[in-house]
Amino acid sequence: MAERAEKLVCNAVWKLFGPGAESFLGKADRSHSIDDIKQAGLIGAVRDASITVLEGEIFVIMGLSGSGKSTLVRCMSRLIEPTAGEILFDGQDLLQATAREMVEIRRHKMGMVFQHFALLPHLTVLGNVAFPLEVQGVDRSVREARAREIIELVGLEGRETYYPRELSGGQQQRVGIARSLAVEPELWFLDEPFSALDPLIRREMQDEFLRLQNVLHKTIVFITHDFDEAIRLADRVAIMKDGGIDQIGTPEDLVVRPATDYVAEFTKDVSRAKVLSIASVMAPAPDQAPKGGYGGEVPVGIKIGEAARQIGALDRPFAVIGGDGQLVGQVTREAVVEALIQG
Amino acid sequence: MADTSLRPRFERDTASASPVFAWLFRRPTALAWIIALFAAGVFWWFGKPLAGWAFKYPTAWKWGIGKEITGAMEWLMNEATFGLFTFRQLTRAISAVIEFPYDIVLSILSTGFLSGQGSQAVQIVPPLSWIAVVAIVIAVGLHVKDWKLSALLGGCFLYLVVFGQWDSAMVTLSSIAIAVPLGVVVALLIGILGYRSLWFERAITPVLDLMQTVPVFAYLVPVLVMFGFNPVSAMVATMIYAMPPMVRITMLALRQVPGDITDLGTMVGCTRLQMTWKVLVPSAMPTLMVGVNQVIMLSLNMVIIASMIGAGGLGFDVLASLRRLDIGGGIEAGVAIVVLAIALDRLSQAMARKAPASHTETQPDNIVRKYPYTVFCCAVVAVTGVAGVFWAGIQDYPEAWTVTTGPMWGELVKYININFYDQLESFKTALLLNVLIPFKRFLLSLPWIAVVLLLGLAGYSLGRWRLALLCMVLSFAIVTVGLWAKAMVTIYLCGISVVAACLIGMPIGILAAQNERLWRVVQTFIDTLQTLPSFVYLLPVVMLFRVGDFSAMIAVIAYALAPAIRYTAHGIRQVDPQLVEAGIVSGCTPFQLLTKVKLKLAFPEIMLGLNQTIMLSLSMLVITALVGTRDLGQETLIALTRARTGDGIVAGLCVAFIAIIADRLIRAGADRMRARLGLQ
Repeated sequence: MAERAEKLVCNAVWKLFGPGAESFLGKADRSHSIDDIKQAGLIGAVRDASITVLEGEIFVIMGLSGSGKSTLVRCMSRLIEPTAGEILFDGQDLLQATAREMVEIRRHKMGMVFQHFALLPHLTVLGNVAFPLEVQGVDRSVREARAREIIELVGLEGRETYYPRELSGGQQQRVGIARSLAVEPELWFLDEPFSALDPLIRREMQDEFLRLQNVLHKTIVFITHDFDEAIRLADRVAIMKDGGIDQIGTPEDLVVRPATDYVAEFTKDVSRAKVLSIASVMAPAPDQAPKGGYGGEVPVGIKIGEAARQIGALDRPFAVIGGDGQLVGQVTREAVVEALIQG
Repeated sequence: MADTSLRPRFERDTASASPVFAWLFRRPTALAWIIALFAAGVFWWFGKPLAGWAFKYPTAWKWGIGKEITGAMEWLMNEATFGLFTFRQLTRAISAVIEFPYDIVLSILSTGFLSGQGSQAVQIVPPLSWIAVVAIVIAVGLHVKDWKLSALLGGCFLYLVVFGQWDSAMVTLSSIAIAVPLGVVVALLIGILGYRSLWFERAITPVLDLMQTVPVFAYLVPVLVMFGFNPVSAMVATMIYAMPPMVRITMLALRQVPGDITDLGTMVGCTRLQMTWKVLVPSAMPTLMVGVNQVIMLSLNMVIIASMIGAGGLGFDVLASLRRLDIGGGIEAGVAIVVLAIALDRLSQAMARKAPASHTETQPDNIVRKYPYTVFCCAVVAVTGVAGVFWAGIQDYPEAWTVTTGPMWGELVKYININFYDQLESFKTALLLNVLIPFKRFLLSLPWIAVVLLLGLAGYSLGRWRLALLCMVLSFAIVTVGLWAKAMVTIYLCGISVVAACLIGMPIGILAAQNERLWRVVQTFIDTLQTLPSFVYLLPVVMLFRVGDFSAMIAVIAYALAPAIRYTAHGIRQVDPQLVEAGIVSGCTPFQLLTKVKLKLAFPEIMLGLNQTIMLSLSMLVITALVGTRDLGQETLIALTRARTGDGIVAGLCVAFIAIIADRLIRAGADRMRARLGLQ
């Protein structure tokens, strides 16, 4: 993988709610357990969270309700003021930025999609999508032209004059997505964008989201409480519990090497074949090609489940080819079957 | 078993001695009440010769705050200065700001634009013709909702035309048209400040409480002193009266805007102004419109009272008729106010519910299709304006065509008095002799010190020291300004009316809650009752029973009936249906279901209904001072007629104190009840 720039870095971010939170954090060595915090009469929404989001990746923060994931994402944009820590956006510490600078950064570099859409009821689809530009004082004709482009991008053309209440949930969230993209943000926050939708629509919107990302290559922080959604969409996932981060890793890392019992609990029922790549079951390629030659070639990044039918059809090992076309290993039918049986 | 052995020994002994004592010892509050009531009873019976001061507060101890306020007011008007300008100049400036738009609206609707002064004035441009105004309201109705609303509005305004109330109605409408928008804007701004700053909200909440509980007459006096006897004064008083609910609703509505929406505003980089006017206020609009409706209704409620300090129009007609005892004329003008109120109420409600228009497929190309109603209205105004010059009937509805119902009402009153005088009179006398007067005597004979202490005990048992202190301080304040006896008369009339309103209203509420069709009828009925300006209730009552405490009581009962019905029905209807089903499955008869499940759970809500009933009773009671009660209301009215600012404010504050004591006690009780039922 090519080296990517660090777009957003959170260093030891804390958010405690309650009176005297700052002095509480200041006096000790900051290794407070959740019980210490409770005893002090505070609520530890985010505890010592450190995250690095790379340019162009989809970084998913996954946690159950009350785990602090929404608070953390709001700390990143300073919708909520963190109690302590550092948040570096392109190397600039956002916590040191003045209110004016924050307004500028939010206006031009950040976009956010909300769980309950947060569409303004008195504006049409066009008005809602153009709203961030209106706030910046962009001319009506310019902003509406831009809004129309994005409305087309999210597949809502023809609905420009509709009001939010006239749209279905999925359509409303498309408006929310379009609006967050109107300013061409560098950093795109999505706070449980599909949680309020029913399962079929959710699936459709996830595909749509991946399609958009293929075109746009934004740096994305995506919040969800749905582990399946996390591993489906993520380049990397952070699992949160009680305000702290249990593990950060690729979906494969989480499944193969869960750091805590809590993470293992989530990954237990995940179908490995869908998450693991062929690399995790391949053997080193022998010096000589096997007798009768390879049954075929598979790319190293392919998921086991996707290659299983092809590999299982022949009683010969398959060659695993790296990104540059080099042979990196071989995989046998037995190894694939073993992986499938493990679930 | 284990825990009985832990109890103190003496309690077990008393338990074996008498179950009654055992019960009492386990309930210290009940015990305290019995002892306190007994002590108060003994003191009341035997205490007068020993401590006369506890029965009648000595005049020498009286605190003459009223005179001081009057003096301060005079100083403010005559001498106070803010350096650059004097206080009097400030009031004149405010006056000018209100008067200017009022004159314009009044010219359009009623007088026409004049050139010159006084009787030499010449009309240059006539006012809108009656046809034009009716056409405009019909168009507005169509634009806002549908032809039904449009027909209602048109009907209401035609009524005003046909029954000869047009000129007065247009004067009233002009002052409403200024007072309402101004009141709404000012209240909105105050509400936004309250939303932004917790400190500011804490500061204005008690002020709002007082504004809503101090009777109108009390602040009519300072307004009169500051702005003089003219329509501006009337509009200022109307705004003071109508604003508090809008301020509260604004704060509430802005708080209710979902966090996601405010986060969105921040994320797109809104400035504070953009956040307020582009995000918060538009998102809160449906709730804010409910507030606007309230402002309109309260402003109409003030129409008659405001005419005491210079408003003309329908209110003045009613007041003048009432003073002449011209019942027919009073009812005619009163009904016209009601008609206007209904029209504006339905219109503003429709506007509150109006969603933004649905999407339009194509943009219409010409101006007629784009703004059909505006074009229609302009056309009617132009055509009738020109035609009116040639034929006066188009400009002003011909007087010969008007219908008057005044004599009919007069005849009706005469008929009732001739045929039913004895029955009505004996009913009235019986109630007066057997209920009203004994109760009044009893209250007046109570030693104030006992009442203050008992109120303190009530406060303590419902809300600990804070509430106890509040009750005692407020009630002692009434004693110390020397208005105790008047306050007792207020409590007597208010108490009897509230009991009667609850006895009538609560059974109706209970019945209506069980039957959907009945509920709809009752709801329409109480909605209409609440549309009527309070003053209107006085007319038929005076007609039937003449002046006095009894008439006042009937008017108060009628006015305060609506919340007793509404809250009872609402409380029962909102009981969790699962609990009702659980009751049915457990084999409750309908009666058991009502008494053992529904009423128990609805009780806190019914208490709030009682609270509202008391608040409305007090506000109506003050107005009944006009039909000859001798309570705190009369005190404020006297202050108004003699322009004694201080006395009016003091008496008004006493009414507010009574209201606040009742409100806080009942609320604390309802909260405790709700906590016990686990409803919160």
